[in-house]
Formats: sequence, structure tokens, C-alpha cells
Amino acid sequence: MSLLELERVSYRYPSGVRPALTDVTLEIGAGELVVVAGASGSGKSTLLRVACGLVPHFHGGEFGGRASVAGMDIRQHPPGELAGAVGTLFQDPESQIVMGTVRAELAFPLENRGLPPGAVARGVEEVALALGIAHLLERSTATLSGGELQRVALGAALACRPALIVLDEPTSQLDPVAGDELIASLRRLNEDHDATILLAEHRLERCLAAADRVLVMDGGRLACDAPPDAFLDWAVAEAPALATPGARLLAGAGLRPVAGVKAARAQLRAHGLLERPDTGTERCARGPLEAPDTGTGRCAHDPLGAPDTDTQPCAHDPLETTENAGNAASASVFPGPLDRPSEAGRNLAAPTRRLPTLARGRPPDAPRRRLPTLARRRLPAIADRLPGPLRRGPSADTGRRPSPEPGLALHLEHIWHELREGPVLLRDVSLAVRPGERIALMGGNGAGKSTLLRHAAGLMRPTRGHLVASGRVALLLQSPTDYLVHDTVAEEAPAAALHAVGLAPGTFAHRHPRDLSGGEKQRLALATVLGDPAQEPPAVVCLDEPTRGMDRPRKAELAALLKRMPAAVIVATHDPEFVAGFAQRVLLVADGAIVADAPVAEVLCGGTYFATETARILDGRALTPERGVELLRRLEVAL
Amino acid sequence: MAYCLALAGAALVLSAPLALGAVTLAVGLAALSAGVGGQIRRAAAFALGLGVLVMVINALVTRDGLTVIWRFGQVPGLGQLDVTLEATAYGAVLGLRAVALVLCAALYTSAVDPDEVLRLFRPWSFRSALTATLATRLVPVLARDARRLADAQRCRSGRPASRFQLMRAATAGALDRALDVAAALEVRGYGVARRPSGQREPYSRHDRAFLAAAAALLATAIAMRIAHLAPFTAYPALRAPLPAGELVLSAALVGCALLPFADRRGIVR
Repeated sequence: MSLLELERVSYRYPSGVRPALTDVTLEIGAGELVVVAGASGSGKSTLLRVACGLVPHFHGGEFGGRASVAGMDIRQHPPGELAGAVGTLFQDPESQIVMGTVRAELAFPLENRGLPPGAVARGVEEVALALGIAHLLERSTATLSGGELQRVALGAALACRPALIVLDEPTSQLDPVAGDELIASLRRLNEDHDATILLAEHRLERCLAAADRVLVMDGGRLACDAPPDAFLDWAVAEAPALATPGARLLAGAGLRPVAGVKAARAQLRAHGLLERPDTGTERCARGPLEAPDTGTGRCAHDPLGAPDTDTQPCAHDPLETTENAGNAASASVFPGPLDRPSEAGRNLAAPTRRLPTLARGRPPDAPRRRLPTLARRRLPAIADRLPGPLRRGPSADTGRRPSPEPGLALHLEHIWHELREGPVLLRDVSLAVRPGERIALMGGNGAGKSTLLRHAAGLMRPTRGHLVASGRVALLLQSPTDYLVHDTVAEEAPAAALHAVGLAPGTFAHRHPRDLSGGEKQRLALATVLGDPAQEPPAVVCLDEPTRGMDRPRKAELAALLKRMPAAVIVATHDPEFVAGFAQRVLLVADGAIVADAPVAEVLCGGTYFATETARILDGRALTPERGVELLRRLEVAL
Repeated sequence: MAYCLALAGAALVLSAPLALGAVTLAVGLAALSAGVGGQIRRAAAFALGLGVLVMVINALVTRDGLTVIWRFGQVPGLGQLDVTLEATAYGAVLGLRAVALVLCAALYTSAVDPDEVLRLFRPWSFRSALTATLATRLVPVLARDARRLADAQRCRSGRPASRFQLMRAATAGALDRALDVAAALEVRGYGVARRPSGQREPYSRHDRAFLAAAAALLATAIAMRIAHLAPFTAYPALRAPLPAGELVLSAALVGCALLPFADRRGIVR
């Protein structure tokens, strides 16, 4: 039985110049988990808004064709009436929470249906238990994190036990952990409760493995409607921007793309390109031709069997080292004793060679541990025992010092930010950023990434420690529209800045900023913070979550743009695929402290959540599909 | 809510310094017992300033009272300006009342759940009550939006935007936010919201205790007023006796306010 039926549906928004949907016909059956893919502006959100009745009732506009949900024609039934059959979750959790406490929020849709208090209380308990948010019931919604808010909003959407659940990029504002938890919750609802789910998502690698079908929207038309594996086949041939990294990896190696890490690994194993899982304690599987482990208990790195002379575990692929060295070389020249290609992006947590090694609590030549969390937690205690200028401690001279360390674009020295009546936002953060360096800040929601960027840009002052920049620090915050206050693009930023971000003044100068697409707004906002490059070029450019809600081509454009910048660039992001394509060095932030500071390959190959799909498929031997393909081809030749 | 209203009512009914002090003390102790002492402390910092301002203004503008304590002489525009003991004392009483009222409001906003208030008024005027609740909830959200906008403007290079441009951007942002919230309300079934069923959740033991305390507080205050048990006269000469009855009833006010907190069973702090 079809739960959602669209027959030749076309729709144009009241202010739209062209239709948002054109002649869309589809059926979704009960119990299906359907992913809606497509570029930004392709019609995904509009399709979802048809399913919940907001189109046409809430938005107005011209609607043609026929659409029904659970047997109700959406033109005859407003969203409020459809709410019993359709639960809806949007992108921004903040705008979906209307009540003061979690319990009241979950009760709200039930009370709107006029249920008696007993039924409301039961409904609230059931949905809270189903989503694992029972412990939040008495919490004020103002105190919840982004991930918690999104789960509460999902709970409110599910409270009436709808037959169809519609979700519009629900993970775009969540960190990988919270995003994966949300997808897992949806999968459980689909498998255990037979819920029908319609999910629009840009990061397809997150959800394809759980999907039954994929719908692809392109210019308002339905371009593809197929099971995940068939969709990947189609995407590799017809729309490479939609192909997941895993699909590109397998297709590049001449194999049929499949959805999900597990299936991709099985595919590689079936072709002898990946060994069966180890039964021992070692984490990584090795390539078939790999040299025997030397007994260190760590992974051997070179898939061609070269002895592992690098002391750094899980910098597996020699190709990756080359890649990072290349990035470093192309970005800038590191002066002084650190100017070694293989060390690019490493050992830069402090201005001198002495500080990083001591502050990290290890002798200069000792092997580095992967993600040395414990060592870094002890950092304050270690630093207290250091002599002279390395000693950390209360200082009356907090904030910026007048002269920067030579050769550094930005230098943070033992930065603390402690609230008078609240938590510690930053804990003893030391960081040295060289000109031209490209750094990614990763970590969970609320870990302190944004706070760190705000300190760098001078929006917040540290309660202890020093911060020095060699010039202006430009900061692009999460919402680009906050920067855009004028009537034309030309008024927002000088022509040179527009040119620098790829907005040709001739084309864009007279357009209204709010009429630009999401990616163009982002570029314009970046231009407003960069300013005229001839007058005061920034020494450091910081961007806070710039890839939220972006499709893959726009992310690639942004990465290319940032790579061209002469200034040092620091990007806070949750997106490991973006990091792999942009950064040289990754700082992992947790609870206000930097818990790992290492080259991209080391962090993204060794992590579970903070890892690219390619790294997860290949046990961390390559970060990007292109490198992975190269590696697999070499393995094939060796075999 | 009734408890906070009763405390505010007592502050409005009483005018003797001791009794008003007892009400203020009761609000402070109730806030501490409710675990919202921090919020009340912040409100008190504002309220004390307001109280002093009220006292100073009253002392400067009131010409009543026989005991001159400061002569400013001829002040241009104001004429002869004398500050009297009576006007200062009455100003202090007015200031104390203002402090008590601000603290009552702070206790209400920090200790009373707006969702419960919405539930209470839902049978009579659901949409108005929801609008009020949304407004309460969206104030901090919009304040955060405004801070974000201000931060973004600080990050801009070059000439800062004018106030008009900022105002326009803030309005556009607030309207966008309102549109999103409206869409969320629609898909949660607000558009077809029905009047709730007649059944109501029973009052808990604590609800009853606070209702009783509210009634006792208000009754005590009204009794003190009617029976002149807390006499205070400011003009023309200051007269503020301290009868035993006022002492006892002031202590009773504090006791009434704190009694509901004696039973902590079933309360998680």
C-alpha cells in the first residue's frame, strides 16, 4: 500500500521565477526508508514540504497535479490535519522547539490533538524511551545541546506515532557522533516499528547503507529512483557529485559500487584487495603483500611491504605522506628548523621546537602516540613544572600581546577561558599557526571549536594566557546572512575582495545579497571579512562550520578557494571529507582542550568517527577515493 | 504562580518598613530554598540600584516633611530645595517595595515553568497563552540572534554598517525565524489544535502546600493592613512604632513563605 503518492506534481513558490518541482510522480510504500538526494536548490526540501502539506498551504504559490498522504489529499487537508499521519523534522533544531521543557515539547503535538492527560503522559514517556531521551524530560530546552535539541525535535515529530516521517537534512548541524546517533535512531524506528522514512541528506555516505531506495532531484525533476546500489551505479556514470567516496573508490578500482562501509569492504575482500578481519587484537587489517608486523602491536603501514621506519603509527600510506607534503609545499614555505616536508603540519603546537615537545610531554624523538588524550589532559601539570617562559600560570597580562613570535601568523600561549559561574570553555590551549597553513578544527558539538576561533579573532578575551597575531584575523561565523546588511553585493565588499572569492563584480555587483544562492552568500560573507586585499590583508582567516548544508560541488569549490588564499586558514568543521580535501593539519578539540594535533592522515586514518569513508573502508590506508584507487591499483599490480 | 503573586500582593498591601523587609527576606529565602539563589542575586543587584534611585528621587522632589536634613538653597528651575527626613524615609520605603516586587518577578521567571502556566490557561485561551509562551521562549533566542549579528558585524572589514541597516537586517532575521517557528507549529498540529479534554492533572501535595502558603501570606498582609498592626506614617512627621504584633506577624509572613519548602520529599534539586 502506498503511503505517499505524487502524481504529476508541479509547484512554483509565490516569488519563484521557475518551478521548484516539475511533473514529479512517485509512490512510497509503508515501511520504506527513502533517501532524497540532489544538489542544493534541486527541489529536495520542496518535495518534503509537499509530503507534510506545508506546500501549498503554508507557502502558497502555484500547485499542480495530485498528492496524497495516507489517503488524504494534501490540497484538502492542511498540515495540522496531516500532522497525525506525517511527522516532520527540519534542519535547524532551534526553530522547531516551541516549549520551555522537553516534556512539554513532546506533549505539545499530543495536546493539540485534544488527547486526555493520561494519553499525553503515556505518549511522552513512550517516545522519550524509544529515542533514549527519557533522562532529558525535565530539562529546560534552553539548556540542550544541538544534538539533544534535534533528538527532542524528532521526538516531537514522532509523538503522534505518524505513519510517515519526513526529515530535511536533520544531521547538517550535528557533529559526526550526534549525526550517526540520529541516523541509527531512524534505522531502528524503520526496522523495529516499520516506520516509513523520507530523508533528505547531503552526506549520503551516512545513510545509504540503511536506505531501501534513493530519489534524486535535479532541477525540480525526479532524475533517478532506484535502490542504493543501482543509484550509485547511476551516480558514478551520470552525476559524479552525488557518488559517495566509497562508490568512487570502488568504481575507480573497476568494481561495482555498493552502499556502506561494510559492503564496500566485503566487495574488496571478495576481490582479494582487503584481507579478512583479524581475529587477534590488532586493529587494522593488512594488505595481502604486507610485511610481517615487527611486534610492536601497531599496524604496519606500507601496503607494498616496505619496512615501517616511520615512528608515527597509522600514517599508513606513503602516498598520503606525499600528498600532505605536497599540500604544505604548495601552500607556503615553513621557515626555520621545521622546514621539513615530512614534518609539514606536525610539531606546530607551539612556536619553538622545544615547546611542542615538552608541552606534549614527550622527548623530541620519542614515538608519537595516536590521539594522545591522556597526555594532553595532564598538560597543565606538566607545564607548571616547566622553567621560565614555558611556565603556565595566572597572569595579569591576559589577551593580546603587542609583538608576534617571528614567523608565526597566530600564536596562542596557554589560553584559558573560565566563566565566573560556569564551565571552563578553553583549557590551556597552545597553538602556533604559520603563514599559509591550512588547519581543520574538529570535535563534537560544544567541544570549544567556535570559542577557540572567537578568541583568535578577538571576539572573546582569554581569562588567562596570551594570544598574538601577526596581522588581522578574519572570522566567518556560522551564518553568512548575518554579515549581509546592504542592498547590493557591491556595497557589501570591495571589488577586489569579490574577485578574490570568485564573485565576478560584473555579474554580481548589482544583485541583492539575499537573492544569492547559499554558496554565493557564503562567498560574499567571506569577502566582507576579507576586505580589500590591497589595504589590510588578513594574516589568518577563520571559518566556523562553513560547509553546513552544502552539497559536494560547493564544498569542493570552497576547499579550492581556501587553498588559494595566501593567509593561514583555520576551519572548524564536522566534515571529514572536506577536511581531507582541504587541510594539512587537524586539531581535535574536546572539552575545551586540544587533544590531538597531527597531520590530516594521522587523525582521519586513525579515528572512528572522525574518519573519511575511504579511510574506514581501507583501514586508514588512504583518505580520499583518488588516493585509495591509486593504492588499490598498485595492490592489483603487485598481486 | 499564586505563591509569587501572593508575595507581590503582600509587598503592595504593606507599607511598614519591617513588614516590607520581612516580605523581601521571605522572597530571598524562598529563592534560595527553590535553588534559584543565583538568579535572584543578579536581580537583586539591579533592584537595589532601582530602590536607591526611587529613594533619592522621592527625597528630592517631595516638599513634605518637617525635619530638614539638607538645604540645597535656590536651585535654578526647582526653586528652594530642602531634603527632609520624612521624604527620605518614605522614599526608602518605596524603594524597598520596588526591591520586593522586582525580586518577586525574578522568582516567578526563574522558578515557575511557563509550560505549566500555559497548561493552566489553555482551557480558556489556548492561542493567547501559547503566544505568550512562545514570546517568552523566543526572547532569549532572538537575543542570541542579535548577539550573533553584532559579532558578525564586528568581524566585517571596512566601514561598519549604519544603525538603520543593522535594524533592517535584525528585523529580516527575526521574521525569518518567526516563519520557521510558524512552519514548525503547523507541522506539530497547532493549526487544528482542539480544546483539551476536561480532565485535569490533580494537584500534588506540593501544589497544595504552596497554594495554602499563598493564601496565608495574603491573609496575613491584609489583616495587618486592616487592623493597623503595622503602622507607618511618614508625613508630616515620621512615626514608625514597632508594636509586638507587627514583629510577630512579620515573622509569621516569613514562616508562611518558607513552610512549603519544609517538605522536600519528591523534589529533585
